[in-house]
Amino acid sequence: MIPAGTAREHGLTKPSPATDGPPLRIDGLVVDLPGPRGTRVRVVDGVSFDVPRATTVGLIGESGSGKTMTAQAILGLPPEGATLSGRLLWHGEDLIAADPPRRRAVRGREIAMIFQDPLAALNPTQRIGRQVGEIPRRDRLPRAEVSRRVVELLDRAGVPEPKRRMRAYPHELSGGLRQRAMIAVALAGKPSLLLADEPTTALDVTVQSRILRLLADIQETEGLSMLLVSHDLRVVSHVAERVVVMYAGRVCERGPARDVLRRPAHPYTAALVRSVPAVRTRTALADPLPGAPATPANRPAGCAFHPRCPLARARCRGEVPAVREVAPGRWSACHFAQEVLGP
Amino acid sequence: MSAREREGELLGEERAVPPERALLDVRGLRVRYGGRGWGRGGGQLAVDGVSLSVAPEETLGLVGESGSGKTTVARCVAGLLGPGAGTLTFDGRPLGRAGRRPPEMRRAVQMVFQDPRSSLNPRMTVASVIAEVWSTHPVTAPEGDRTEALHRLLADMGLDPEVASRRAGDLSGGQCQRVSIARALAVRPRLLVCDEAVSALDVSVQAQILRLLVDLRARHRLAMLFISHDLGVVHQIADRVAVMRRGVIVEEGPTGEVLTAPRDPYTRALLDAALDLDDSVPGDGTADDEAVV
Repeated sequence: MIPAGTAREHGLTKPSPATDGPPLRIDGLVVDLPGPRGTRVRVVDGVSFDVPRATTVGLIGESGSGKTMTAQAILGLPPEGATLSGRLLWHGEDLIAADPPRRRAVRGREIAMIFQDPLAALNPTQRIGRQVGEIPRRDRLPRAEVSRRVVELLDRAGVPEPKRRMRAYPHELSGGLRQRAMIAVALAGKPSLLLADEPTTALDVTVQSRILRLLADIQETEGLSMLLVSHDLRVVSHVAERVVVMYAGRVCERGPARDVLRRPAHPYTAALVRSVPAVRTRTALADPLPGAPATPANRPAGCAFHPRCPLARARCRGEVPAVREVAPGRWSACHFAQEVLGP
Repeated sequence: MSAREREGELLGEERAVPPERALLDVRGLRVRYGGRGWGRGGGQLAVDGVSLSVAPEETLGLVGESGSGKTTVARCVAGLLGPGAGTLTFDGRPLGRAGRRPPEMRRAVQMVFQDPRSSLNPRMTVASVIAEVWSTHPVTAPEGDRTEALHRLLADMGLDPEVASRRAGDLSGGQCQRVSIARALAVRPRLLVCDEAVSALDVSVQAQILRLLVDLRARHRLAMLFISHDLGVVHQIADRVAVMRRGVIVEEGPTGEVLTAPRDPYTRALLDAALDLDDSVPGDGTADDEAVV
């Protein structure tokens, strides 16, 4: 059902029947947003990657990289006025072509989302239990059953004393507990894919490590797929098996997390890795990249990264690099990926 | 080290900087938010007896989680907040009460905030931001050609002269933070208080601003009170570090010692929870599994 040429071009896993392909395949996703004075801004420009079964994929990028827009497109909640093209294949079914009722049926059920700010995502006027129980109630489970399920979900999300906490309003809980309550809401629809957008960015380190551990544990025991969107390489490196690095709306690099972070195949990834200071040893200050992250509205010609790239040369200014396989399992959008990878 | 340790034990406290050598000396700082007014109880004690000192040209890292009181300490030092009790001494003289500090004290201690977008008026041009601080502290205003001085100041921050005519709201996050630093340094301070000054920036920009701060610190012989939740960044740039929890300093010492061999259980917990770039295979059970407090 997937033209072989497309798959090979984007380096996705082999085309296969819907039943045993990756649950989510993003294939040449393009998102255009209305810009100033009637222009259109391409905020996501031909992004392709897979989220395999029972695997955590880290989607890394800075502001303007398109990482959050990609996640919103997957969820079927792009901003007002956005137009989407390319394909978002959910078990082989294209969600971009699907009708709104079908997309709504997938969202919150098969694909659930965890946001950075639980206070904004949770309803401040409803008790936690009511929000966690929304999907079970919609499924017309008997009241006692709904309540049993809510306690079970809160417990699963690591909320202590779930019977008492289900009576609380979001503002009565600590940041970490709110995040856990939101995870319980997400799990209520028994999703097979969890989209987590900066789930621990607003939390203190001690809480962060507990939430990350919970997410990793849920992912593993429930056999979920997870797409973790984050700017924080440290967080991603602890949870993700695979990573996708985005810059200015395009994929720079993707591959197994450990390999990509140890031996980047794109100068941008290399710079990001270098800029992460070690906690337990004193590291020298990194030589910073010049300039600011490119924005989709002002995307440089050729390779969008070229004005900041230490390796840039004439070809980079004129030719947009394709994402190609530069080593087994390693995909890079750098004309000179071999040079970055080294011998 | 052992000699100092022993001395610290004898004195019941460890003071790395003798008060007579300190540029900034804070003793017994207490701050209460809310309540029925000073000494009448109620409210929330945000800072409960903090003492610290910063030597000339020294960088003290102040770390802790949200609610630990580190920002409150910073605001007291910068004069944005009056402490309920305690003394603040700068170069041997009292810093003065918040809001009534002598101009030379206000000038000597400058602050850089986390979010440059909310600490700069987005409709003011960069030139007028700097002109404003020069008119507040006329002793620091350049004598000759102000435009040339402004361009020199901007160049010092790695900014093009053309930035002078731009409005703060039209600048990138990194440029904004450079302008905030320019505003602080335009009045030639001796102590720079940086409150999460790189936390809101993109990773690749964060490295630029850190590099800039470290260069400026050396060139202008600045002391710094560097507040951050990122232990990695503090490890890179602080000479000493103080760890705060619930309004008190639980541990203080040379950065290398505190962050490699912490003595306080809370510092140890913070370090255990802090993530390093991890390249072990996720899910194999080796990655910081016992990191939880």
